[in-house]
Amino acid sequence: MASTRGRKAVVVTFGGGARDEETFMPDGQENIPHLLTALMPRATFFSQIVNKGILGHYVATASLATGAYETFNNFAAVPPDRPTVFEYFRKDLKRPALDAWVVAPSNGFNRIGESGNRAYGRGWGAGVILPKRILAAALSSSEGPAYEHLLRDNYETPLYAPELGGNQVELHQMAEVLRLSVADFTAHARVLASPDELSVYIARQLMRQLAPSLLWITLHDIDIAHSGTYSLYLDAIQRTDRLCGEIWNNIQSEPEYAGKTNMFILPDFGRDSDDDAGGNGFQHHRTGDALSRTTWLMALGPGVRENTVVDRPAEPTDLVPTLGSLLGFDARLSQGKPLQEVL
Amino acid sequence: MLSRDLKASQFDGYPPQARKLAAARVALLQQLPLGFLPLLLREIIVYDWKFPPERSEIEHQLAYLESRTPAERRTLLAGFEKLRLPPALESFDWVNEPVQFSEQLTTHLWATLQIDAFRTAAIDYVRTVNAAAPQSSPAMPRLSMVVLGKDVTENKYRLFRKLRPYGVYFNRVKPDNGLRILLDAAAARAQAHPAPYGHWYVDGGREEPVSSGGLVRFSYDSLAPARAALQDKMQKTFQSGMGPEAFRTLLARMHPSELGMADSPDAVLNRFQVSVLTEGSGTQIFSTTFVQWAAREAFRRAQPVTLLLRFAPRQRARPMNELLAETQRKPELDPEGSLVDADMGAYYTWLNQQRLAGAEKSSFLVWFEDHNEALAIGPAWARAGESSDPVDLRHLVKRVS
Repeated sequence: MASTRGRKAVVVTFGGGARDEETFMPDGQENIPHLLTALMPRATFFSQIVNKGILGHYVATASLATGAYETFNNFAAVPPDRPTVFEYFRKDLKRPALDAWVVAPSNGFNRIGESGNRAYGRGWGAGVILPKRILAAALSSSEGPAYEHLLRDNYETPLYAPELGGNQVELHQMAEVLRLSVADFTAHARVLASPDELSVYIARQLMRQLAPSLLWITLHDIDIAHSGTYSLYLDAIQRTDRLCGEIWNNIQSEPEYAGKTNMFILPDFGRDSDDDAGGNGFQHHRTGDALSRTTWLMALGPGVRENTVVDRPAEPTDLVPTLGSLLGFDARLSQGKPLQEVL
Repeated sequence: MLSRDLKASQFDGYPPQARKLAAARVALLQQLPLGFLPLLLREIIVYDWKFPPERSEIEHQLAYLESRTPAERRTLLAGFEKLRLPPALESFDWVNEPVQFSEQLTTHLWATLQIDAFRTAAIDYVRTVNAAAPQSSPAMPRLSMVVLGKDVTENKYRLFRKLRPYGVYFNRVKPDNGLRILLDAAAARAQAHPAPYGHWYVDGGREEPVSSGGLVRFSYDSLAPARAALQDKMQKTFQSGMGPEAFRTLLARMHPSELGMADSPDAVLNRFQVSVLTEGSGTQIFSTTFVQWAAREAFRRAQPVTLLLRFAPRQRARPMNELLAETQRKPELDPEGSLVDADMGAYYTWLNQQRLAGAEKSSFLVWFEDHNEALAIGPAWARAGESSDPVDLRHLVKRVS
């Protein structure tokens, strides 16, 4: 295993789940040219990541971040029960607060940076940036219409707007932390096409200004599938594919990251199969069938074998212990096992 | 309360036919596990507004359960019996609020990682009960006709991509008077083989006039007042800060009169339309989703032998508060995106049709409105075929009918 000194990791998850059929299966490959032709040749690809937990986006993403299947109410603004990867990383390696960040799509994810675990928890988590919330705060009411496409709501739970709490960064802090003026932020936001574009823009600023060693980006545009509009679901997959390519290129072009950063890309889970009469195909992830539970993971960066496909089943909870092995911390309360193929 | 404590008088709040059905079988219901019984009551409580095949299905289920010995019933329902339920669910008023119970049960099953065990139990149960009385074939071979692509002038999307392996693709269809030909075909079938809720026409835009009275028909536009009432409620809920779970409960309790639909004489259809708008995600704001979901539910519940669907352009994606104000403004439309939605919707409609009895004799026709592309599936057509011969829609309809 390579030395952990100076290693960095960027994790990109897709909240919203994408099916193989619209991604890596022959019919779906036209939607993911960047993943397929630019990233896949450099990656170890796990074709069977089986999520055995709750198929709700917040609780599933929290489970990814803790390496254990969390069981709290998906629609509750609560912190995960077990320590997050950010807490393991910061406490074990004595890293400062600015070295671990989460960029997440919506209010529901504001508690994901820090668990309620007594041995970790308060003060050991990651900073959380909710770009949509910051943009909304930055806009005057007259400016709103120009940015509506970036403030788009969650289609699965359009009525979910929990009280905030946790480590999320507010507007004035963002200006200080990222050295990004509100005017620059809103001016740039004007030319972006979707909430995920805004998230990636913020992630780039973080990488440039703070170069955190652990950066977690949760994309969520694909969630529009819940509205039942297949074309918008495909658009979101294509956009996510492009953004993954951009993040990887950014890693290669930033001196603080190039050559020492591993990137992990994975959807939080799949979506229902067309064959299950209990579901409605791509629209939801409610049946718990094999397709809705099965997704993939792509690992890239130093020490990772290129152009390699691993077909054995693994679990999303394996991500955190894998990050632990790469970065040098012990994810002692996680349920997963390190993915030996990338170590 | 546990199942064994159930009394016939507790069904007094049920609609008349449901009350009679449940009260007459209270001895049976008392013996069913709590992880199962409220799910059965969820179906029984709306018996009065069920379509004929759904009523038969409930009656068959009850008769089948009654015909088993206690030991056989225990074996059949063992998967449900084993579920660990919290005291809160036991004390819930599951007799009068079985829908809300089932929502809470689902949450509990996911949170305790028992959802897979439940899923297995449910699949085994349905398979066993269905095997005891296989569905009979429909009175006439089933036919679905799907029209998509309204207002699209140019298209680069490869249409019918998922359906092509199952039928013949035509690329020189004469589009003249095409919609009328399909409407007349649906009307003729309804007239020739009248059956309650047997023939349907659902339009994603404005309903076209049809000569036959035997056709169940409604459209996205015809339900605009109901959608407006619902969108208004959703907006207000959005502003009130009510959470999604409470909102789902509110939707589940929605009565047609709350959406201004009380005057319609057909209570069964009324309830169906409300369910399409309240149970379907996206049906309130996107016409393409509305048509696809209505078709899915029509096949699942009413099992019609004729289904004519016409997809129309949906509104463009916007922030939720604007989407919910659709009926108050003239929304910008997205014909090209709607064509892609409808192409998938057509595929799902065919899949749903094939899940019903008589699938081997069923036919399916999909046509790109006012254009030359169509695809036909059925006993009369080869699989994965392609034809560049000029063909009239009337000819295609005749062969699939």
